[in-house]
Amino acid sequence: MGETLAELTGRFKIDYGLSEEQKVLRYSIRDFAENEIGPRAEELDEKEEFSLDLVKKMAEMGLFGIVIPEKYGGSEMDYLSYCIAVEEIARIDGSHAATVAAGNSLGIGPIYYYGNEKQREEWMPRLCRGEILASFGLTEADAGSDAGASKTSARLEDGQWIIDGSKIFITNSSSSISGICTVQAVTGQRSDGRKEISCILVPNGTPGFEAKKMTGKMMWRASDTGELYFDNCRVPEENLLGKRGEGFKQMLQTLDNGRLAIAAMGLGGAQGAFELALRYAKEREQFGRPIARFQAISFKLADMATQIEAARNLLYKACKLKDSGLPFTKEAAMSKLYCSEVMGRVVDQAVQVFGGYGLMKEYKVERFYRDYKLLTIGEGTSEVQRIVISRLIGCYES
Amino acid sequence: MKIIVLLKRVPDTETKILINQEGTGIKEDGIKYVINPYDEYAIEEGLKLKEKLGGDSKVTVVCMGVEEATENIRTALAMGVDDAVHIVDPALEKAGPFSAAAVLAKVIGEEGFDIIFCGKQAVDDDMAQVQSILGEFLDIPQVNIVSVFELAEDGKKALLSRRIEGGDERMETSLPVIISCDKGLNEPRYASLPGIMKAKKKEIRRKNLADLGFDEVPGKGRSRILKWLPLSKGGECRMIVAEEKADAVRELVQLLREESKVI
Ligand SMILES: Cc1cc2nc3c(=O)[nH]c(=O)nc-3n(C[C@H](O)[C@H](O)[C@H](O)COP(=O)(O)OP(=O)(O)OC[C@H]3O[C@@H](n4cnc5c(N)ncnc54)[C@H](O)[C@@H]3O)c2cc1C
Ligand SMILES: Cc1cc2nc3c(=O)[nH]c(=O)nc-3n(C[C@H](O)[C@H](O)[C@H](O)COP(=O)(O)OP(=O)(O)OC[C@H]3O[C@@H](n4cnc5c(N)ncnc54)[C@H](O)[C@@H]3O)c2cc1C
Repeated sequence: MGETLAELTGRFKIDYGLSEEQKVLRYSIRDFAENEIGPRAEELDEKEEFSLDLVKKMAEMGLFGIVIPEKYGGSEMDYLSYCIAVEEIARIDGSHAATVAAGNSLGIGPIYYYGNEKQREEWMPRLCRGEILASFGLTEADAGSDAGASKTSARLEDGQWIIDGSKIFITNSSSSISGICTVQAVTGQRSDGRKEISCILVPNGTPGFEAKKMTGKMMWRASDTGELYFDNCRVPEENLLGKRGEGFKQMLQTLDNGRLAIAAMGLGGAQGAFELALRYAKEREQFGRPIARFQAISFKLADMATQIEAARNLLYKACKLKDSGLPFTKEAAMSKLYCSEVMGRVVDQAVQVFGGYGLMKEYKVERFYRDYKLLTIGEGTSEVQRIVISRLIGCYES
Repeated sequence: MKIIVLLKRVPDTETKILINQEGTGIKEDGIKYVINPYDEYAIEEGLKLKEKLGGDSKVTVVCMGVEEATENIRTALAMGVDDAVHIVDPALEKAGPFSAAAVLAKVIGEEGFDIIFCGKQAVDDDMAQVQSILGEFLDIPQVNIVSVFELAEDGKKALLSRRIEGGDERMETSLPVIISCDKGLNEPRYASLPGIMKAKKKEIRRKNLADLGFDEVPGKGRSRILKWLPLSKGGECRMIVAEEKADAVRELVQLLREESKVI
């Protein structure tokens, strides 16, 4: 009896056993997101504007290259720290969390993990300083969930790759600071008759490479999404990333990592919407009392808090597996699936708590309601996550 | 130049503070503790001064506080402070401003100092006394509520501005000096990710009362908090409604005289 919460916390590590650095990180990013991103989020969303100066500020915070070693200009933190940072930004705004998550997982990730020393030295420092952004060109008009159906091709001629084809929905690919794209292309046929897929680095501005900004998004409106066209686009042979034919494997691994960050966006977004709803429910009075005191509302809030707690446990566990060098593919897929769907339920109920006001742009919760929807689609839809998980739990083994 | 910054761990200003049942403190559950907001200005001013001077200038944070305050000290280190002294001793938990100043004076005396920055007050108990008592102990000038700070060309004087009712008060002081910082002095920076990683390797020197040569809390018993009481609930509000204003006034006067007996 009589144990204080602080004692309990120490005993059961219900603070997730975060290190001192991770706690400092969380509160620093929280302050940053609340003070720098929060006041601008609504307007940027409304105008569908990608903010270069917020990218610059995020870069000054060290938010690009979070897990990259110091010698390349990164912050050399672990994946859990990375996810905490994304979570805290998403708690305030999905678009900016997207810029950071895609910038790290999809942009910087493949170049660091599969690039040779020369490629790392050429690109990492500028990427980590946030002077340029890298993008990951996988999805095509006819190759979404079925990423292996890519048609974009690259053939080697006189020491140059000649790339033809197109990509769609590519984050961070079409802004004025988009500097390079990792393009997944068919480079030939394997001996077993299947496509040989490789990744090739194509700097923005290369003749024959055009990046066109996509507009009219329902969500992530302040994040940059581009459509890419390659027409007889030539880059040196040495721009191949890793070995020829390893593109598909590189893509799968990149998505494993990326899923953790998308899950963190779901978690942070859910947390943000929940906090808005809780505060509103305590202030809004109907029938002579705060609506938080009606069981119909308090139970909604209780359900939100419970699901968020479960989502956080699952994601942090997946991060810890990754940080310990253990297999984490299944947990990453589960986290991405669960956190994004939890955010879906939370934003739905949060808008409900706000009543008519929840539908108005003036009340931030409306933006969360829209931003959530990408999370069950991008980097592998919820259905694709269920395919991955069902395979990994043995559904298809005899 | 040796720059000292004082740091106190306080409940976040957004926290709703509730007095515990015994009246001995506050309910601690779920409270987020932060660096005293005015101390953040002190940290920033210290860092700016160091950056301006360059060379072997150094910023040291001195914090008297519970074990968990290392988290807040680490934040200051992540902002760019070079090292820290953390005075932790259970005996100091309820120390008043005199005791705190005596202990800090001892530490700062040992560390050496050219200038000391601190917040104009800690937002938890709002005493705003430590800096002045500390000035007495160290026998150096002390200026409160500073909103502009500049080191003179010769590096031997400080030029200051204090926001006062209806204007600014310009001052000049010799060094060493204690400056208590007000809002508006600067924009405190955030702890960046690389800063957080660098802070891991920075030293926090822990000291208790014995390490500092005290057998007991200095100034013990000089002042003592007897009890903390919750705010009494505000009274009920009653509307006086009448057709004619004069009738409403008559009723009000009658109530003030007969019911609340204030006139
Ligand atoms: C804002 C935004 C940013 C993006 N950023 C990037 C990026 O940076 N890089 C990049 O390469 N891509 C990016 N994408 C693309 C994203 O990864 C794809 O949209 C996603 O993979 C789904 O592909 P699709 O849209 O073609 O849908 P489809 O694959 O056509 O899916 C349509 C529906 O069919 C379902 N479905 C498909 N196959 C199956 C199956 N076998 N079993 C059951 N159900 C199935 C899906 O789950 C979905 O519900 C982005 C997309 C958006 C919207
Ligand atoms: C686009 C739009 C068009 C509209 N058109 C009209 C119109 O033409 N004419 C008109 O008069 N109004 C109109 N309305 C207003 C609409 O009817 C109200 O928004 C609705 O009745 C809810 O009221 P509220 O928004 O104040 O939410 P609130 O009443 O504040 O409700 C907030 C939350 O608390 C819950 N809650 C409230 N009381 C209780 C309780 N006792 N027990 C449990 N839960 C409770 C609610 O269910 C809700 O989840 C419109 C609203 C919109 C958004």
